[in-house]
Amino acid sequence: MNWPQFWQYTAANALLGIVPAVAGLAISIPVGIACVRWRWLYGPVLSATSIIYAIPSLALFVVLIAYTGLSNLTVIIPLTLFSLCVLVPNVVDGLRSVPEPVRQAATAMGFGTIRRLVQVELPLAVPIVIAGLRVAVVSSISLASVSGLIGVASLGYFFIDGLQRNFNEEIYAAIVAVIVLALACDLILVLARWLLTPWSRKPGGRATANAEGAQLLQEQSA
Amino acid sequence: MSFFSFAWNWLQSSSQWHGAGGIPIRVLQHLGYTGLSLLVAALIALPAGVLIGHFGRGGFLVVNLANAWRAIPTLGLLILMVSLLGFSVLAWLIPLVVLAIPPILVNAYEGVAAVDRDLKDAARGMGMTDWQVLRKVEIPVALPLIMLGLRTGAIFVVATATIAAEIGLGGLGRYIIDGLATNNYGEVAGGAALVVVLALLIQFAFVGLRRLVVPTPLRAMARADN
Amino acid sequence: MMRTGYLPVKRGVLAGVAVSAALTLAACGSSSSSASGSSSNPLAPTASTGTVVVGSANFPENELLATIYSMALQGAGVNVIDKFNIGAREVYYPEIEKGAITVIPEYNGALLATSVDPKSTAATTAEVNAALTAKLPASLEILNSSSAQDKDSVTVTQAFAKAHHLTSISQLGPIAKTMVIGGPPEFKTRIDGLVGLKDHYGLTFKSFSPLDESGPISLAALVDGKVQAADIFTTTPQLITDHLVALADPKFNFAAQNVTPLVYKKHVSSTVANTLNEISAKLTTVGLLAMDKAVILDHAPYNTVAAGWLKAVGIKS
Repeated sequence: MNWPQFWQYTAANALLGIVPAVAGLAISIPVGIACVRWRWLYGPVLSATSIIYAIPSLALFVVLIAYTGLSNLTVIIPLTLFSLCVLVPNVVDGLRSVPEPVRQAATAMGFGTIRRLVQVELPLAVPIVIAGLRVAVVSSISLASVSGLIGVASLGYFFIDGLQRNFNEEIYAAIVAVIVLALACDLILVLARWLLTPWSRKPGGRATANAEGAQLLQEQSA
Repeated sequence: MSFFSFAWNWLQSSSQWHGAGGIPIRVLQHLGYTGLSLLVAALIALPAGVLIGHFGRGGFLVVNLANAWRAIPTLGLLILMVSLLGFSVLAWLIPLVVLAIPPILVNAYEGVAAVDRDLKDAARGMGMTDWQVLRKVEIPVALPLIMLGLRTGAIFVVATATIAAEIGLGGLGRYIIDGLATNNYGEVAGGAALVVVLALLIQFAFVGLRRLVVPTPLRAMARADN
Repeated sequence: MMRTGYLPVKRGVLAGVAVSAALTLAACGSSSSSASGSSSNPLAPTASTGTVVVGSANFPENELLATIYSMALQGAGVNVIDKFNIGAREVYYPEIEKGAITVIPEYNGALLATSVDPKSTAATTAEVNAALTAKLPASLEILNSSSAQDKDSVTVTQAFAKAHHLTSISQLGPIAKTMVIGGPPEFKTRIDGLVGLKDHYGLTFKSFSPLDESGPISLAALVDGKVQAADIFTTTPQLITDHLVALADPKFNFAAQNVTPLVYKKHVSSTVANTLNEISAKLTTVGLLAMDKAVILDHAPYNTVAAGWLKAVGIKS
């Protein structure tokens, strides 16, 4: 096993998985806000995401080669699109989950629309948005390994090389690395949610689980 | 846009529709991979999800396990199965089943767990046993979500069944892999377009199925909840 | 009280956007990393003056050869970026033509037949190289060929050869239509693939089965009888261990296929050319086969085997 190469490709895979999720988050927040503000927008957006999600990732990579050459962008752009499919519904649901009394109280206290959005609605949407971000990051890191089929460095290289040389150790190691990498990012996000929502740190694992479950559910109902 | 014109040109060429490598055969192969994987995944995930939701235990585990499950790289798992089991049906079936289980499991669990307490109490008050409550109340009420889980799983599998071509099998992935190998952009675009069309057809099929299977009052109720 | 609780969120969002912007910039600039760690700086641009990009096709032997090129060039003091496992020639040829790749280990006959001049009838090394020199686009040239050859072939199992008394492709005429032939997906359309077998030998097979680049899928299909013949590269170690027979090719459907460096002229200095020519001079079929065995059957890492060979033949790495 060429371990230095293995760690290099693990880092490459991490990059190829995390950047799309973060970029997807950055794009999904304004898009989600727009979909809540203008309700007629949400339907078409949902239709678009369900079409994009049905496109095989390898096909998207290949289509992009014509525009980006063979670089990391060839992989990052499609994965960002997939992340958007997961994150936009979560941003919308998160914003919609803010109870009406809270919104009204904020307005009564003199909060303008933008200030209310940034200081009340978005923070309250954090649990649902982070639930979506968890799915986006885990899926991106896992899907990024398909880049091995077009020669862009990731842990997927070891799937292909391991198959070609009957070298099972490489295959096992790469699968484990992808899973561990994805779960590490997942845990970091769980921690982030815990840190960012001090008001929900109360005992009662089931309540949190149901909230999480509902969120994971809602991203799939897109 | 060039993607669409390439795909359209390739799809229009009549040679694509005939012969052993023709579109109809590849679509049937693809549906075969998808159908079998979905069936096996449903056989595993539906009972598990329904029972966990019914007994109300392990929900926390289900939800977090499903997310961890998503981390498993399907291509890697496929290649691992090939190197361990050779080129058998299990080699592609196992990765696709693994892929489809999380959405089916989570939705079935959530569907049953969300059934109104009062409904269940009323049913028990009418003299129904535990199993009858499950069969006559919980599952019907959970049906919209159960169908949603199956639909989501189906879309995941349709898009990913393209990897079967990576190990020399058929299906619509053949166009993507072969097109990539011969730098035939039209073939890759056409193959991808066919997968998307198939996925959309499956979505419509599920919407129709939902109309058939879910009783009207429950449909309205589910819509109101959502 | 409401404000202090939500500040971390705002800061968090800003931080996240900043991080993603930085990462995206880094991602745009970086290219695939190499086994020998030559391109560890993610912000380095691809192929600036003096930097050589070494590419490889998507099968182990080619990655091995590219590793040898890469290590020798680094030993000669050249800045190298590796872009291995790109794909079949149909995918990487456009890349080297426009200079995104500088060097790739090629097989002269296959290069000629596939991407340069499909109508060529050149068969020997000299003929093929002359045709290449004449017909390659202005941006590309080939350096010196080595004596090492790795040819495509039509290979059958020993049992099949015995049963049908086969030693050469020309004997397949009567039974071809009962046979399924397999190979990498591009074999179907390549000029020295199914097309050439029909033109040179008049063979029409029952069907074609797309497999992989002479790897485990092709070998398993052949050994299990899913295909009766397959395109197996002649330096594949399993030819011996799996008891396979590469049929003779008297009509030169597969022309000479010497390992030859293909280069993008503008980015290649005399140091680079000399180093690559030195490698060609020292590489033999026997040596290549031994290295393939080490890498494919013994699972030795590519850079270890490459370093070992370079040391044995006296090239600095």
